[in-house]
Amino acid sequence: MKLVHKYVDRDGKGDMSFIPEEMDDIWHAYNLITEGDVVRASTVRKVNLESSTGSGTTFRTRTTLTVSVESIDYDAQGCKLRVKGRNMEENEYVKMGCYHTLDLVLNRKFTLMKMHWDSVALERVEIACNPTQSADVAAVIMQEGLAFVCLITSNMTLMRTKIDVSIPRKRKGFVQQYEKGISKFYDTIIQAILRHVNFDVVKCVLVASPGFVKDQFHEYMIQQAIKTDNKVILDNKAKFMLIHSTTGFKHSLQDVLQDPAVVNKIADTKAAGEVKALEQFYTTLQCEPAKAFYGKKHIEAANESQAIETLLISDSLFRSQDVNLRKEYVKIVDSVRESGGDVKIFSSLHPSGERLEQLTGLAAILRFPMPELDEDDEEDSETEE
Amino acid sequence: MSRHRNIRSMDFEEECDAFDDVYGHSVEDDYSMSPSQAAFMYNRNNIQIGSYLNSQKDIEEEDEEIESNEELKKAKLESCVEQIRGTLGTTMTRQQIVDAVVGFDYNVERALNSLLNENPKTQESNRSSKVQTEDLPSSKVVGGSSGAQGKTRTVTKGFDVVVQKDVSRLSSTPDSQSPASGRGTPVNVDEELNKKWEPKIDVLAQYKKDRSDSKQHLYMIVIGHVDAGKSTLMGHLLCSLGQVHQKVMHKYEQESRKLGKQSFMYAWVLDETGEERNRGITMDVGRSQFETQNKLVTLLDAPGHKDFIPNMISGAGQADVALLVVDATRGEFETGFDFGGQTREHALLVRSLGVSQLAVAINKLDTVSWSKERFDDIKDKLKVFLKQAGFREADVTFVPCSGLSGQNLVKKSTENELISWYNGSTLLEVIDNFRPPERPISKPLRFSINDIFKGVGSRLCVSGRVETGCLSAGDRVLLCPSREIATVKSITLEDVPYPVVYAGDQPTVTLSGVEMENVSVGYIMCDIQSPVQVASKFQCRIVVFNVKVPITKGYPIVLHHQSLMEPASFSKLISQLNKSTGEVVKKRPRFLSNNTSAMVEIQVSRPIALEMYSEYKELGRVTLRVGGLTIAAGLITKIIL
Repeated sequence: MKLVHKYVDRDGKGDMSFIPEEMDDIWHAYNLITEGDVVRASTVRKVNLESSTGSGTTFRTRTTLTVSVESIDYDAQGCKLRVKGRNMEENEYVKMGCYHTLDLVLNRKFTLMKMHWDSVALERVEIACNPTQSADVAAVIMQEGLAFVCLITSNMTLMRTKIDVSIPRKRKGFVQQYEKGISKFYDTIIQAILRHVNFDVVKCVLVASPGFVKDQFHEYMIQQAIKTDNKVILDNKAKFMLIHSTTGFKHSLQDVLQDPAVVNKIADTKAAGEVKALEQFYTTLQCEPAKAFYGKKHIEAANESQAIETLLISDSLFRSQDVNLRKEYVKIVDSVRESGGDVKIFSSLHPSGERLEQLTGLAAILRFPMPELDEDDEEDSETEE
Repeated sequence: MSRHRNIRSMDFEEECDAFDDVYGHSVEDDYSMSPSQAAFMYNRNNIQIGSYLNSQKDIEEEDEEIESNEELKKAKLESCVEQIRGTLGTTMTRQQIVDAVVGFDYNVERALNSLLNENPKTQESNRSSKVQTEDLPSSKVVGGSSGAQGKTRTVTKGFDVVVQKDVSRLSSTPDSQSPASGRGTPVNVDEELNKKWEPKIDVLAQYKKDRSDSKQHLYMIVIGHVDAGKSTLMGHLLCSLGQVHQKVMHKYEQESRKLGKQSFMYAWVLDETGEERNRGITMDVGRSQFETQNKLVTLLDAPGHKDFIPNMISGAGQADVALLVVDATRGEFETGFDFGGQTREHALLVRSLGVSQLAVAINKLDTVSWSKERFDDIKDKLKVFLKQAGFREADVTFVPCSGLSGQNLVKKSTENELISWYNGSTLLEVIDNFRPPERPISKPLRFSINDIFKGVGSRLCVSGRVETGCLSAGDRVLLCPSREIATVKSITLEDVPYPVVYAGDQPTVTLSGVEMENVSVGYIMCDIQSPVQVASKFQCRIVVFNVKVPITKGYPIVLHHQSLMEPASFSKLISQLNKSTGEVVKKRPRFLSNNTSAMVEIQVSRPIALEMYSEYKELGRVTLRVGGLTIAAGLITKIIL
């Protein structure tokens, strides 16, 4: 993301202008804009004009509008952000208070005004505008009859296609049907890869599966490419990496990202870091249950005693519609930082973030064991009964 | 509507009265009717007898005096009725007695006589109404929860799972009423579903007629660590029994020699795809059939490699008994048995999938020169483990053998070293001695699909296992969870057409009326009048095995249910339980670690067809896996939706 203009006064009120350049930037924008903010962007508006004689004309015109945000929709597939709200500045086409939906897309400037830029928002701007290019990785995760084609960027895991076909089992005298089924399945995956993976951007394609499906598939793909003289695949043959995964489901992507061979390739992506942090949390929970906690109540209690060493928090919590709730979370983050703790904000689009979200979205590894938290809880539950 | 109500209340008053007096009032009665029905039913506590009498216009018309000194007459009537009841018991309805008493001017003697004279007729009609009353709960027993309770108590489940005490409590909650309640049923089949499922009374008789003359059918799964020699052992067994043609065997020998893998020649009998043969491992469950003296055995050869455990689970879900093959070679047994080996995992899995009888073939004993010490050593180690896993000692048999040389498979061994210390049964005899499990034939149909393919003439064929009930050609069936209706065109069992198949059979069924796209592996085919439950959230009681990371809320897992594999997650950890007593140790635990037992709630990504363990044991078991390891096994206790 390019930061074009920035003005923030002492109270945190101010405005910034951005030009999103990558898919990730739209995701950052989604996380920055909250309800009540004011967004200005160029847009297309259909205008009805009525002449003095009463005959009407309708035309579409490009104009710049400023809306006060009422709702935000993120479209991961189309890489678009739709911001709906009331018009704040009247112009020749649009009256004050008219509803309009702005589409924020790549390479179009938009300006965001906030009453208060909090630390989390400022941090996100900083990350978003960091020009270091991150690795783009495509992943095909599969098992017999089921495959997912995903794109992994530093902040997102986008599922592009899910292929789900039933393949007849091998049976006496029916082996051909199984083989026919499986080659059809592989063909579908190859088509999906060609359609969704841009080999100019993508550094490597991870092909992951349990068993030998990945080897079979790779072999089949190369054979087919030679047969049909498919230059795209043949030229990028070296980009395919075969990795073992435990299942063909989407959450196995987490195992894949932990594979040492993969870690080297995508070391700089946020995904890898998140996976590691979450893994550490689980290890702590296993070995020293009194040092790992999750859930808002426990975290707040731990934070009061400045016990939090690493805070894992899902960014979905900051997108909360309730302003006060968001403030509470920002307060937790700030106070953990103040007391020298580490804060990791997970992207809810990665599998690890999804997992954290299921785990109330808030987890922490503590500096010292606090068994009393656990006991408190038990007492609470008893009194509740 | 009000007219309706009157008639209803009259009817039930008669029935309930008779019923109550004989059996006393029980809680069960309330549950044999739905709450909506109950609103229209006669309740003694609500309606007073006096007011009831007032509504009987005919009485008043007959005798006008009742009007004047009503109080006195009523008391008189009551005492007369009481007296007659005392003599006649409950064979008469109150209405009849009242009519008679009034008719004979409160003369008990005469009224009684007249009643007894017309008795044969009325008794007849009474009996029929009584039969009806009894029918209601009994049909519920089959479809519903209470019938299964008695059985569940006697079941001993693996690894210390005591069947929960609260099953009975759960089963009396409204959610868990019989599956025939038609919850979440599609609109188009509503009419058919409203007819209550009734057991085909002749099923058992038919089954006896059909099957008593043939041998008992047994499904056996062969399990064990990778390279323990499962396929080779079974291949050799089939070969020795003459199931494989000599010519074919010769071909395998030649071809395997060409590949430099001559030791795999017997394994090729069961491993049929090129992929499996080249790699020398089994990847999918292989099937074959052979006969012993008393039994017809279908062999399921499971893959041992840990990546193919999903295939093994779907195979084990269909098996009645298991054969565990272990490699006696020094070092090999240890790698297979110690942590991370499949010997342990497979044994736990088959136990949690409901297999209770196990034979252990200690294979490749020729490599340790048939040493008795080695045999005993392995036997002792396995015995301890299998006991922990929940196998009864009497149900586990140990057999020494060699798959490659074929010693002690069909005939007694010729090796002197073995004969010197072993004179027990051969592998075939052990297989022959398995007891066939009980088949729940009289329950409604449940058929789990584990393969779908295009049969002859591009008809849709599905194969799988009849879990409960029976299926005959021409039946209309419901495929869940997609709720498609299909018609059974034909049924074949091992390529032989059958008109009817029963629980325990694994037929191939040709269906019409559905598209291949609308059916997938793991679907349940069920009776249209008592469909299987479809839900995406359920409560279950799990036993946690070895886990690397503790289980927390939101922990993603792969759920295995019959042949179905679905991603799922723990949506709630309800309570941690004591492993042996089942008492609640901790409510709402933060996490579950190794070797614990707990009550949890599981959310599946999309609805699946399942049943409660207390109702259908076969469909009430789930296995939970993460990252290539089986972390827990569970029993479904409550279906939430």
